[in-house]
Amino acid sequence: MRRRSLWADMDWLSVLLYALLVTVGWVSIYAADFDGVRTSMFDLTTSHGKQVLWVSVSLVLAILLVILDNKFYTTFAYFIYGVVMIMLIMIFFIGTEVKGNKSWFVLGGFSIQPSEFAKFATALAVAKFLSSQGTNMKYWSTRLIAGAIILLPMALIVYQGDAGSALVFLSFVLVLYRDGLSSWVLVGGGGFIAISLLSLIVDEKMYLVVGIVLFTAAVIYFVRKHLRIAILVSGIAIMSIGYIYLVSYFFSKLKPHQKDRIEVVLGKLEDKKGAGYNLDQSKIAIGSGGFSGKGFLNGTQTKGNFVPEQTTDFIFCTVGEEHGFIGTMIVLGLFMALLARIIFISERQRSKFTRLYGYGVASIIFFHVTINVGMTIGLVPVIGIPLPFLSYGGSSILSFTILLFILLKLDSDRLAVLR
Amino acid sequence: MDIFKNRRFVILGIFASFFIVYAFNLFYIQIMDESYTALANQNVIRNVTVYPNRGLIYDRNGTLIVENDATYEIFVIPKQLKTIDTALFCQLLDIEPQFFKDQLTKARGYSSYVPSSFLKNISVEQYATFQEHLYMFPGFYGDIRLVRKYPQSSAAHVLGYTGEIGQKQLELQPYYASGDYMGISGLESTYEPFLRGHKGSKLILVDKFNREQGSFKDGLYDTAAISGHNLTVTLDIELQAYAERLMQNKRGCVVAIEPSTGEILVMVSSPSYDPNLLTGRQRGNNYAKLQKDTLRPLFNRAISGGAYPPGSTFKSLMALMALQEGSLQPNDVYPCFGGYRLGSHTVGCHAHGPLKNLSSAIQHSCNAYFCYVFKNVIDQSKFETTDDALAKWDSYLYSFGLGNKLGVDIPGEHSGHVPTPEYYNKIYDKGRWKSSTIISLAIGQGELGLTPLQMANMTCAIANRGYYYTPHFLKRIEADTTNYLERYTQKHQTKVEQRYFDEVVEGLHQTVEQGTGRIAQLPGYEVCGKTGTVENPHGKDHSAFITFAPKVDPKIVVLVFVENSGFGSAFAAPIASLVMEKYLNDTIADKRLYLEKRMIETDLINPKVLSSNETP
Ligand SMILES: [Zn+2]
Repeated sequence: MRRRSLWADMDWLSVLLYALLVTVGWVSIYAADFDGVRTSMFDLTTSHGKQVLWVSVSLVLAILLVILDNKFYTTFAYFIYGVVMIMLIMIFFIGTEVKGNKSWFVLGGFSIQPSEFAKFATALAVAKFLSSQGTNMKYWSTRLIAGAIILLPMALIVYQGDAGSALVFLSFVLVLYRDGLSSWVLVGGGGFIAISLLSLIVDEKMYLVVGIVLFTAAVIYFVRKHLRIAILVSGIAIMSIGYIYLVSYFFSKLKPHQKDRIEVVLGKLEDKKGAGYNLDQSKIAIGSGGFSGKGFLNGTQTKGNFVPEQTTDFIFCTVGEEHGFIGTMIVLGLFMALLARIIFISERQRSKFTRLYGYGVASIIFFHVTINVGMTIGLVPVIGIPLPFLSYGGSSILSFTILLFILLKLDSDRLAVLR
Repeated sequence: MDIFKNRRFVILGIFASFFIVYAFNLFYIQIMDESYTALANQNVIRNVTVYPNRGLIYDRNGTLIVENDATYEIFVIPKQLKTIDTALFCQLLDIEPQFFKDQLTKARGYSSYVPSSFLKNISVEQYATFQEHLYMFPGFYGDIRLVRKYPQSSAAHVLGYTGEIGQKQLELQPYYASGDYMGISGLESTYEPFLRGHKGSKLILVDKFNREQGSFKDGLYDTAAISGHNLTVTLDIELQAYAERLMQNKRGCVVAIEPSTGEILVMVSSPSYDPNLLTGRQRGNNYAKLQKDTLRPLFNRAISGGAYPPGSTFKSLMALMALQEGSLQPNDVYPCFGGYRLGSHTVGCHAHGPLKNLSSAIQHSCNAYFCYVFKNVIDQSKFETTDDALAKWDSYLYSFGLGNKLGVDIPGEHSGHVPTPEYYNKIYDKGRWKSSTIISLAIGQGELGLTPLQMANMTCAIANRGYYYTPHFLKRIEADTTNYLERYTQKHQTKVEQRYFDEVVEGLHQTVEQGTGRIAQLPGYEVCGKTGTVENPHGKDHSAFITFAPKVDPKIVVLVFVENSGFGSAFAAPIASLVMEKYLNDTIADKRLYLEKRMIETDLINPKVLSSNETP
C-alpha cells in the first residue's frame, strides 16, 4: 500500500476549474451589485462582501473534508443522510418562511437552507446503497429502495413549497442509469417529459387521448403477432392517458406565480406581468451583450434593477451582458470541462461507492446548470435554483463545495484503498 | 466486468447535447439577433415612480382648505450624461453654475445608474421652457411632482406640513423612498396613511436623444398610482381665519369646540404663519426663519403650551367636586375679608359685593371662598391622610381630562400637570405638607398646569353637565375609518353627577350677566363664562376666558388665552365673545364692531408707545 502526502493525489485540475468558477461568480456578483457607488470589496453589508466570507468558509470546510479519514464518508453515509432528513422535517416546526418557501433556518444574520445539503447527503446514501453487497439494478427491491432514498428528500422539499429544488433530485436517474437501470427508463423518461409538456400545452385533452389511441392502434396493428408487446403497448397507452389528467390536476394545484412561469415558457401566456417581465429583462440583458460584452461594470440592464435577483438566480445575465458571447461560452465551457473531468474521475475509481458518488455530483451540477442557464435564456421555466459556484448565497456555495470536495477526497485515496 | 462502463458516453453525450443547444441559442440571441441590443442600447428604459394625488382636506362646511399644486422635479442619471451647454442649462433653470457642479457630484456619489433628484419645485411655466431644450441635455429628465397648497392660508398648526422623509423614518417605513414627501406635523402627519395614497411606477422608453418614446410594452409592467383619500375635518375655516385675525400681534390661543360632539371648530395658536410658506422652493429658508423667530410661531400653544395654570377658570371645577363630595352645599357662605388667611399662608382677594351663595361666589370669583371649599374637601375626616385626600382630588381632575393627554388627532400634545401626592412628598418630605401648603391649587394657581385644549375640554364637560367627547378634528375620511372615529364617539363621564352642575352653570351665567364677564353678553343668548387672570412671574399676567352658549343645550365652547395681557376681561373675554357671536349669528352686531376693530388692531407684541399728544 502506497502512502503519499495527503495532497499529492489531489485532482488539481478540478480544483482549478472550481477556483475559476468561484472567481467568475464573485466578480459577477460584484458587478451585479455595483450601482455606481464603489464600496469595499469585503464590505459585509453587500452581497459580494458576504460572498467572500462564504467562499472563505467553504475553503476551510474543503480542507477539513480532505483531512478527514476517507472511511468517514462510507461509514457515515446513512448517518449524514438521516441527519439531513431530520433537519428537513424539523423545518416544518422551526423554519422561517422566505418568499413563500418555508425552507430556511435563520441563525443570526444568516439563513441556511437544509434542502441544499440534502443533495450531497442523498448522493452519499445512493452511492452507499448501490455499492453494498447484494444490490443489483436487475432486482425490483434494489430499484425500489434506491428510488425511495431519492424520493424521500424530494417529497419533503416539495412539501416545503420549494418545487424547484426538489426537481434537482430527478437528476439521480443518471446515477441509476450508469449502475444498470434499463435504457428504457431514460427513453421512457424522455417520453414521459414529452407527454407532460403536451398535456400542459394542449388545452383540449380529448385531442391527445384520440392521438394516443390512434397511435397505439397503429403500433398494435404492426405487432399484432406478438401478443405480449401489444398488451404492453396498450398498457402504456392507458397509463399515459391517466397521466395526462393527473398532470392537469396537479397543474391546477400549483401556486399562481408558478403556473404563470410555466405558461410563459410554454408560450401559452404571452408576456403575463411579472413572470414575462423577468424573462424579457433577462434575455435583453444577455442578448445585448453581443460578441464581447459591454465591459466589466458597464452593464446597463443588470443594473438599475431591471433584472430581478441579479446576484442569485440571474447571475448568468451579468456574465452575458458584460462579457458577451465570449463570457457565456467560457462559463459554459468551464462547466462542461468540470463535468467531463468528474466523469473521468469517477470512471478511474476501483471503488464502486466513489464512482457512483461521482456520478451523483455530476448529475446534480448538470441539472442545476441546465435549468439555471436555460431559464435565463428562456428555454425552461423560471425555477428558482442557483447556478453552482457562481450564484450568491451561503447555502449554495457551501453545499456545492462539500459536494465536489468529498469526491476529490475520495479520489485522492483511490490508490490507497479498495472500498 | 463492468458491462455498463460504456454508458459514460451516453451520459457525457446528454451533457454535451444540452450545452451545444444552449451555445447555439446564446449565439443566436447574442450575436445574430440585433433586437435585444436595440432594446437595451437605443432605448433606455427609465423606471419612473408615479406619485399619487395626495388626499384633499375640506372643512366642516365643505370648503377646500388643502389642495395639490403641480411643480416639476428634475432628475439626473450620471451614466447617461453627455457634454452639454452648462450656461444655457443654468440660465433655463435659474441656478448657479456652482450649484450645477455640486448637484452632479452629489448624484455621482450616490449612483451613476439610478436617477438622483437634481432640482425640485420648478414651476409649470419654467419647466415648459426647459422641456423644449431637454433634447440638448441627455441624462436629465423632469417629472411632475405635487406639492401642498393652502388656499385659505390659515390653520397652519392644525393642518401641519409635508416634507421630504427623514433618514430615520426611511429606515422604519419601507414604503417610502428617499426624496418622498410625507406628512411631518399636524393632520398631515396623523392621517398620512390615508392621505398619501399609493405610489405607482412606469417604465418609459427613451431614445438616444433623450426623448420619451412612450411606455415600455404598452405599460404592461406599469402600476397605476392610487390617489389618497380625501379628508373632511371639523374645523370651520371661516371662523378659524376670523379668530386668527383677532389674535394677530398677540401671543396666545383660541380653542372652540362643539361640546355635544367634541368636534374642534377653531384652534388658533398665535403668532401663526402662512402654511404656504412651508411648500415650494423657499421652504427650507422659510422654515429656518420661522424656527429662529423668538416668538416661536411653529409651536402650537393650544396643545403643547403645557403648563399654563388655569387661574380662576378652574374655580367651577373646584365647586363641582366639593358638591359631589358633600363638603359643600349650594347655599354655603364663607367669610371674605379681602382674602384668606391661615397661619403663614395668605391668598388675597379683590374687592367685591357680599356673597349670597355658591353662584354668587363664582360670579364674584371670590378667592377666599374657594380656599375654604378646597380646605373642606381635602380635610374631610373620611381621609386618613392628606395623601389620600389629594389622590381623590386628583381623580376628579383626571375625570375631566386633565393631567393626561386627551388624545386629540394631531401630534405634539402635552399632558399638562396635575400634582400627585408623590410629587409633594418629594418636595416637602412625606407628611410635612397639608391643605394649607397647597392652598393655591384652590384658585387654579400653583403646581397646576393645563393645556388650553384641556381647559376648553373641561369647559365642554361643564357645558354638557358631566361628560365630554375627546376633542378631535376628524369628521370623515373616504375610507374605512371605524377604528379612527370610534375613539371620538365614546362618551367620557366625569366623576361629578349631573345634578350638581346647575348651581355652577348658573354662577357662570351670572358672571356674564352681572360679573367680570359682562363684555361677553350676546343679545338673544344666555351666555355662560368665567374670566381668569393667571399670575405670571415673568411679566404682565396672562388673561383667560372660558365661555359657552346657550346655557341650555350649548352649541359652542370657546376658550381664549392671551399671554401678558392683564385682566381676563381685557382681551380674552372680548375675543372669545366675538368668535362665539360670529359662530352663532354668522355676523357681528353693528354696535360691537368697535370691539372687533380694537381687538384686531391691538398689538401686544410690539406695543405702540403713545406720545403725549396722542392720548385717546
Ligand atoms: Zn373674596
